[in-house]
Amino acid sequence: MSLLVDIEKDYGGFHLCSRFETNGGITGLLGASGCGKSQTLRCIAGVQTPDQGRIVLDGVTLYDSEQHINLTPQQRGVGYLFQSYALFPNMTVRANILTGLRREKDAAKKQAAFEHAIHLLKLEGLEDRRPAQLSGGQAQRVALARMLVSRPKALLLDEPFSAIDSHLRDQLQVDLLALLADFPGDMVIVTHSRDEAYHMCGQIAVMDAGRVLAHGPTKQVFADPRTVQGGRLTGCKNIFPARKVDDHTIFVPDWGVDLHPARMVEDGLVAMGVRAHYFRPEEVRNPLAVHCVGKMEEPFEWIIRMRAEGQTAGSPDLWWRVSKEIVPETMPTRLGVAPEQVLLFYE
Amino acid sequence: MDWYPLYNSLRIAAIACVAVFFTGIFAAYYVAKLPRLVKGLLDVVLTLPMVLPPTVVGYFLLLLFGVKRPFGIFLARFGIKVPMTWWSAVFAAAVVSFPLMYRTARGAFEAFDEDLADAGRTLGLSNTYIFWRVRMPVCRQGILAGTVLTFARALGEYGATSMIAGYTPGRTATISTTVYQLWRTDNEALAFRWVLVNLAISAVVLLAVNMLEQKQKGKTR
Repeated sequence: MSLLVDIEKDYGGFHLCSRFETNGGITGLLGASGCGKSQTLRCIAGVQTPDQGRIVLDGVTLYDSEQHINLTPQQRGVGYLFQSYALFPNMTVRANILTGLRREKDAAKKQAAFEHAIHLLKLEGLEDRRPAQLSGGQAQRVALARMLVSRPKALLLDEPFSAIDSHLRDQLQVDLLALLADFPGDMVIVTHSRDEAYHMCGQIAVMDAGRVLAHGPTKQVFADPRTVQGGRLTGCKNIFPARKVDDHTIFVPDWGVDLHPARMVEDGLVAMGVRAHYFRPEEVRNPLAVHCVGKMEEPFEWIIRMRAEGQTAGSPDLWWRVSKEIVPETMPTRLGVAPEQVLLFYE
Repeated sequence: MDWYPLYNSLRIAAIACVAVFFTGIFAAYYVAKLPRLVKGLLDVVLTLPMVLPPTVVGYFLLLLFGVKRPFGIFLARFGIKVPMTWWSAVFAAAVVSFPLMYRTARGAFEAFDEDLADAGRTLGLSNTYIFWRVRMPVCRQGILAGTVLTFARALGEYGATSMIAGYTPGRTATISTTVYQLWRTDNEALAFRWVLVNLAISAVVLLAVNMLEQKQKGKTR
């Protein structure tokens, strides 16, 4: 199982240049809205044609500009779950799902596949409803059923939870993962939520302004996002300009301090980052004298805004997230960062 | 009262309406996919008959079909003479009412969520299936409203019709040309009766359009 994407397309003012490779499992495309994630999916499914490049799924070339190969979406057999689910509003749930089975000529097999899907996606009793009469979660299940009965070779899910109320999302993520666990082909999930990407995807590709910035196993990309945009998209709140001093030392001008990251510092360093959770008052390494300038309460955490002593005016505050159970009585005047938590960002 | 003009008007309008239904929808569907410049140009050409005086449309039709014009002469070789026949009025009605179908269908298609068509394609559905089973049903109300308007406009056609089909009682007479002819010949009482017939038909048609539009609104909400 493998999917290779290497495409370019000019949208006039926006240039998409999407490159990544997967080998089975779930791949997340993480990026802000308008970064080219959905366009990439559309090109894989064949409902949009890139200007040039190559798309190969399980050894079958779906698109190759040099060899003039461009299979129709119908020939590609790639399942696509639209952000809006795209259920046919003029058809019942039953008719919607049966459109995915139109190529199955054997009536008995068709019926069996239909009933299996209804059962698998817990749609019993909804067969005669119209899409307008379904909740977001039900609509998603109908769209999944319709897609799965068409026996796609790969699945593309475009922001599958954006139309779902936030308090239902976690459960639906668990349900979807359980459902897709048996799916043999590649899956690509587009999301702007780092949590969703982290929960669901074995590997991720971080996209910004039409380009793939980082690509690899999810944990590795989160541990070392490599670029400022990658850091932001994976949720790093504290990002400051930095420059290399030597292989083990960087200088942060806004704070006026040297830091010692665990990773070797390469040439071309432009910035450093510390995730909001990784400041520690008890950590003695990479110390930073600070004072508190504001607090924001969340249900289970405090977000505490700090500034380093002597920090350059106009530079952003530090964000420190701390669990309510361990929030100190008096605000510390010193925070440290473990060397392995100092992220290094390059050009 | 001779009912021939009613019968003639209805058959002309019905035939024109069927022809315009298909040509208007397909023009709307394909024009929407063209590059912007060509689209703008074609859009002007296809909408012109709506804003031109119908007599100008009649003039162009006579340029095309007139017995002394090249195409008219060409048709005459096969024994076909278009002007002054009842069915020449079909051309007049169709050309004049075409923009109504074309524009309403285009409006309906533009409001159509293309994700639905794309979803259908990824499910392996043929483009024909998607067009007739998804796109048309979803755009149904708008297209029906367009059809009714087209029929109404075709039924009331006067200018182009009078130029190409003229007025021959029992042959090319339609309701609108009859009203004019009766008025001209001082038969006011009979003209009034035809006016009533016309009013009744138009009222029914407009009621139908309003009902369809109401339904459409209710559905999109």
